[in-house]
Amino acid sequence: MTPADLPGTLSNYVRGEMDDWLSRYPVDQKQSAVLGALRALQHEDGYLKTEKMDAVATYLDMPPIAVYEVASFYSMFELEPVGKHTLAVCTNLSCMLCGADKIVEHLEHKLGIGLGESTPDGKFFLKKEEECLAACCGAPMMQVNHDYEENLTIEKVDRILEGLD
Amino acid sequence: MPEEQIQLFINDREVHASKGAMLIEVADQHDIRIPRFCYHKKLSVAANCRMCMVEVEKAPKALPACATPVAEGMRVYTHSPAALDAQKSTMEFLLINHPLDCPVCDQGGECELQDTAMGYGEDVSRYTERKRVVADKELGPLVSTDMTRCIHCTRCVRFGSEVAGIRELGATGRGEFMEIGTYVQRSLTSELSGNVIDVCPVGALNAKPSRMRARSWEMLQCAGLSPHDAMGSNIYMHVLRNTVVRVVPRENDELNETWIADRDRFSYEGLHTPDRATQPLVRTARGWESSSWQASLDVLARKIKQFSPEEVGVMAAAHSSLEEQYLLQKLFRCLGIQNIDHRVRQADFTDQEYMPLFPNLGQSIESLEHNNAVFLIGCDIRLEQPMLAHRIRKASARGCQVVALNSRDFDFLFAAQVNWNQAPQAWLQALSEIVKCIPDNELRDLPHELKEIVEQASPSMYARHIFELLSQAGTCSVFLGAMLDSHPQASALRALAAVLARHTHANFGLLPQAGNTAGAWLCGLLPHRLAGGVPNPDAGLDTTAMLAGPCKAFVLFNLEPEFDFANAPSALEAMQEADFVVVFTPYVSESMRSYADVVLPIATFAEMRGTYVNAEGRWQTADKAINPPGQARPAWRILRVLADHLGLEGFTHESSQQVLEEIKVQTGETTGFEGRLHESKMVQTQADPEGIYRVSATPMYAVDNVVRRANSLQQTPYERSPRVAMCEQLARELGVLEEDEVRIVQDGRAKVLKLELDPALPMNCVWVQKSSRQVDELGNAIAPVEIQRLDHD
Ligand code: SF4
Ligand code: FES
Ligand code: FES
Repeated sequence: MTPADLPGTLSNYVRGEMDDWLSRYPVDQKQSAVLGALRALQHEDGYLKTEKMDAVATYLDMPPIAVYEVASFYSMFELEPVGKHTLAVCTNLSCMLCGADKIVEHLEHKLGIGLGESTPDGKFFLKKEEECLAACCGAPMMQVNHDYEENLTIEKVDRILEGLD
Repeated sequence: MPEEQIQLFINDREVHASKGAMLIEVADQHDIRIPRFCYHKKLSVAANCRMCMVEVEKAPKALPACATPVAEGMRVYTHSPAALDAQKSTMEFLLINHPLDCPVCDQGGECELQDTAMGYGEDVSRYTERKRVVADKELGPLVSTDMTRCIHCTRCVRFGSEVAGIRELGATGRGEFMEIGTYVQRSLTSELSGNVIDVCPVGALNAKPSRMRARSWEMLQCAGLSPHDAMGSNIYMHVLRNTVVRVVPRENDELNETWIADRDRFSYEGLHTPDRATQPLVRTARGWESSSWQASLDVLARKIKQFSPEEVGVMAAAHSSLEEQYLLQKLFRCLGIQNIDHRVRQADFTDQEYMPLFPNLGQSIESLEHNNAVFLIGCDIRLEQPMLAHRIRKASARGCQVVALNSRDFDFLFAAQVNWNQAPQAWLQALSEIVKCIPDNELRDLPHELKEIVEQASPSMYARHIFELLSQAGTCSVFLGAMLDSHPQASALRALAAVLARHTHANFGLLPQAGNTAGAWLCGLLPHRLAGGVPNPDAGLDTTAMLAGPCKAFVLFNLEPEFDFANAPSALEAMQEADFVVVFTPYVSESMRSYADVVLPIATFAEMRGTYVNAEGRWQTADKAINPPGQARPAWRILRVLADHLGLEGFTHESSQQVLEEIKVQTGETTGFEGRLHESKMVQTQADPEGIYRVSATPMYAVDNVVRRANSLQQTPYERSPRVAMCEQLARELGVLEEDEVRIVQDGRAKVLKLELDPALPMNCVWVQKSSRQVDELGNAIAPVEIQRLDHD
């Protein structure tokens, strides 16, 4: 298929991202752009819709299953709809030693959901078991959407949540 | 290829190997057994199961034999304590999550995991925690899944991407959550999908139609041949109590390697159906009556003599065995009958005298892999000849360019493929454009009708591209497929293609379609030639002429006119109108009961010894696997007895072997490719270039009476309901919309079909999708039609 056959499901933003990544790799290695493409998709929709992954597969000349493999391999990608804001608390060693469990407990209690669940109003998604995000010096930490929030305390967490609309 | 040889030692035994070979291959060549799961000699190395650990001198740890290249002077130990220790540890890990359900697993008794666990596993498990459970996947009617048994060797995944050319299965998730599947639930669509059953080393992927039907040790393994295409794929039939329970490939590196197509694997279901003919039947004044062989053959002998030889037409299937075909033509020729043919799907016979001894590939099947360019004309090779397509796919992975002149975008799953889609009435023009690129002085010998057409042609971009490609490719091929066979101008197209092939030094292949099309040509199942290709001085009529003309009596052999003939409605009408019809058939259908007078039950390919000649001219004979049901008998025996009833001489054969020997005396065991197309002097160029043409292909699972009855194959996405497809522009001109019903009129017959849009179809032609179960009521597969809009109010 040529790009002209591309199903019209991809936005200009996603296409732009893909083209940007494509320009950095040899022409016969289009699949190198798949991570960038999936990230852009997730940024736009909050999770990876199958039809859009298929469109990415067509664009990058990959079998659709190869795109699904990448999407399901990385825990950072969501394959089902989730709440608007993703809260990913690191529970790996340094963060655990500095009280990550308390933070998780607080969040679960406050939002009324467990890890891996979204609030019924669709506002928050508490991601399951995040591993070390390489910010140990600011432990305990969590990632809120694309941002790192470090040296967390219960109060700080509350403030962060209030700041999200 | 001379490769550098090196010397190494495996278990202190000196062995020689080519440099760069992997240890496991070398060990296999020397019958030194190394356990393995992910390694498969026809697939790339994944080295993910770690079962093949061996000790290599000076290496600090055991190494995987499948991913360790041999080196000069290497010392390898496959059974040393260190090697065994590594192998046993891997085994223990693999068994952690593997269920202990061997007693209910179809793979039990022939399972690589079970066998290896016997050798390398412990009898008591140290693992007492919960085992992982994985939901089964629905992969369609052919492959069943028990995914908890999967050990993630990825052989099935690699098979898809490396052999089938379509990656449908994948490994999603990670670590403990990794699962093999399609992610989105869907049927496998590869026409080779059944091979994942064989490559799967455990019971995760199994054959759905034979699921839980038999244990592996109860079945008898009988070598056989698949008669459904021109590969002559070698198979094993697994038999339980006179029933073929399943079919697997029989390895033959020169033909099907370790694979077979789904058609070869699952067609056996068509052997055991309720409509098998089990007794001779004779039509009497009281209706159909079961009869004895004696009585029915007497009726046949008496009745057939009431017609003059010119009034009798004999038509036989190209998937019948050589022995059957030969005796059939011999017997009826002894009665003076010359209207004998097997070319039931062909439309144009003008050039029959110039045809080669038998249609063939023009090269060996193995050498298909060495082509640098392939030009396919009127050919959907993947569905027509799945295993030949696999060889071309191997060539394409090495850079072979494939160009196809068809009317529709067929996806052959080749790495490089260009489709030149033209309406069928424009194929002649298209080929002329290519031939026009040949310097003029080389075209002197063209028949003059063609010369004119070629002279007026001006090569398009595609034409030039194809010509350049073939001229510069070195080893290349031009193949003519089944759709070309059914083209009304086939003779002219063949002549032009032959000129092109000769000029570009391409191998010229007229693809025989069925398992013994080549044999039918060789043994004289033709009106114009006798056995061994000897011209028949007293040539009879071809199929079309027989149906249109003077025949009052027909002998139908292993055929169903409404499905096997190019022109189904006229074939059926001819049968209905005939005074006397005798059918030799493994099945009795309702339609047969309506036109036949005598029904003689014959054995299928699995039920008799028979010889088949494949596309490269290879003669292969296979024994029977099971007995025919009831009174059905191998047809060569029936014909021999019939000859006695007719008082004919020369039919004293006591075994099919004797028939075969007689054939060999007449034909020689011809395996060469002396059969290049002679430059034809007679061609048919008449066609109306203006109107709209229809094009159709025989569906993959409709090629013969057995396949059409294979239930599971009929459940695959390849079986589609009849419909008509056209491009948007044509639909707009005709004022019809997608999903509308439109009326197609062909040759005075009309049919209403649902419309589908296909942007890749050229103007002025429509694709009529055929079904395996519904008669094509319109007629020839390629013919002018009129499309009418249905006005609804
Ligand atoms: S399904 Fe079978 S072939 Fe495929 S990865 Fe699992 S064990 Fe291997
Ligand atoms: S352990 Fe939490 S960021 Fe490293
Ligand atoms: S066979 Fe060598 S690692 Fe699997």
